[in-house]
Amino acid sequence: MTAPEDVRAAVDAAYRDEWGQVVATLIGLTGDWDLAEDCVQDAFAAALATWARDGIPARPGAWLTTTARHRATDRLRRVTTGAAALRQLAVLARDPIAREDRAEIPDERLRLIFTCCHPALPFPARVALTLRTLTGLSTGEIAKAFLTAEPTMAQRLVRAKRKIVEAGIPYRVPPAELLPQRLTAVLAVLYLIFNEGYDEEDGRRALAAEGIHLARTLVRLMPTEPEARGLLALMLLLEARRANRTYDGVLVTLENQDRSQWDRALIAEGVATLDEALAVRRSGPYQVQAAIAACHATAPDAAATDWPQIAALYAALTRLAPSPVVDLNRAVAIAMADGIPAGLAIVDELAESGKLDGYYLLPATRADLLRRDGRRAEAATSYEEALELAPTDAERRYLTGRLSEL
Amino acid sequence: MKYVFLICDDEKVSPTMEEIAADPAHQAYAAAADPRGAGLGGARLRPVADATTVRVRDGETLVSDGPFAETKDFIGGIDIVECADLDEAIALAARHPYASWGCVEVRPVWE
Repeated sequence: MTAPEDVRAAVDAAYRDEWGQVVATLIGLTGDWDLAEDCVQDAFAAALATWARDGIPARPGAWLTTTARHRATDRLRRVTTGAAALRQLAVLARDPIAREDRAEIPDERLRLIFTCCHPALPFPARVALTLRTLTGLSTGEIAKAFLTAEPTMAQRLVRAKRKIVEAGIPYRVPPAELLPQRLTAVLAVLYLIFNEGYDEEDGRRALAAEGIHLARTLVRLMPTEPEARGLLALMLLLEARRANRTYDGVLVTLENQDRSQWDRALIAEGVATLDEALAVRRSGPYQVQAAIAACHATAPDAAATDWPQIAALYAALTRLAPSPVVDLNRAVAIAMADGIPAGLAIVDELAESGKLDGYYLLPATRADLLRRDGRRAEAATSYEEALELAPTDAERRYLTGRLSEL
Repeated sequence: MKYVFLICDDEKVSPTMEEIAADPAHQAYAAAADPRGAGLGGARLRPVADATTVRVRDGETLVSDGPFAETKDFIGGIDIVECADLDEAIALAARHPYASWGCVEVRPVWE
């Protein structure tokens, strides 16, 4: 007999560490996503009872995989009609990983990640499917995190799984010629998961942790891919300074944050991860963004920020992944490095282009630069414009504070 | 003269292939159409949720989920091909010259 709390802890740990891998293996064996999920769920339920009686197995992942395989075989035997079920049974019986004492179970999660993030699936479905199959979050938890009704989220998952089967999306890591494009799609899904939880409290916070967890997994599975490491580094460096982004419900800008509250261990890990990525000498947008985050995270105080370096990095980012939001950030860096007028000129150009119409950070940035330049009346007008557009209370409170200080 | 029929609906009902085969209205239509060669080049398509649209712009293959949505584009032709999986179908669709200015919607056939 094993103590119930030890069993519970072991099952929880296995859920966190092994869920995605066991699901990935079962999908690989049966080709049936629903069957795979159900059987893995059953295996975890069985673990609670069996581990209490027989003790916690030396390798929980192998035990869970074997148990889930047996469930799949049982279920398929019950519905032996149909050639597809017979084929699946044959695969389950033939596969050499039948013994749980086998040293190595091949990690199939990479196939699973790339299939979940296939560009033929709608983007929200890629996100939901990645969370459901790789992290084991329940449909209800995913629905809550994305402020969606559970039936809507369930429908999204059903449709995505149906499309994988009916449209013939292959369960594989894409070949070399498709890999760069498909990896970009995977990284975008992981970054969105992280960002959805970054600013939030309570329920949605879990998403930031899941995003980091998935990025760590991807780095382990693709150790020579620098952009995967770049994304992990970026997440770690942003997470390190998350705790005091707001104070008392008011947004605190980077300049005014209490840097002693930043998580030094995460910063060190983020910088080390970035260094490993850069050593490969194949640049990409996530590595550049991580390098910018590292400049901020390692500056001892706001005044010591290496703005010329940051401006150069934003220029590199504009070349790799052009976007008006990147240009807006570059404008700030140039204003801090070369003087306010140089930065304001870029902001005004962006405003004229109309590309950022309705984006509150455009007038907010303009207001901030005008304030630094002592042009108070113009700054006030821009702050008011930004207030109209700001999406959250924390941001509105910050802007109101700035306005009243003018 | 040869004609192509583009069969359209709102997908509010989605009968199985067996139900269609058993439906007298479909049987009556088939009786009229088969002597005119309908069986040769026809196919029932999977729902629009299973569609994937392929475009090639500046030499890069752009894949998007769902049907083609540019209202200025119209269906200009059809090909029925056999591919191992969706990636192979996308690669082939990208080689169609029209993919470079129009698009190719890839729809699995209901078999």
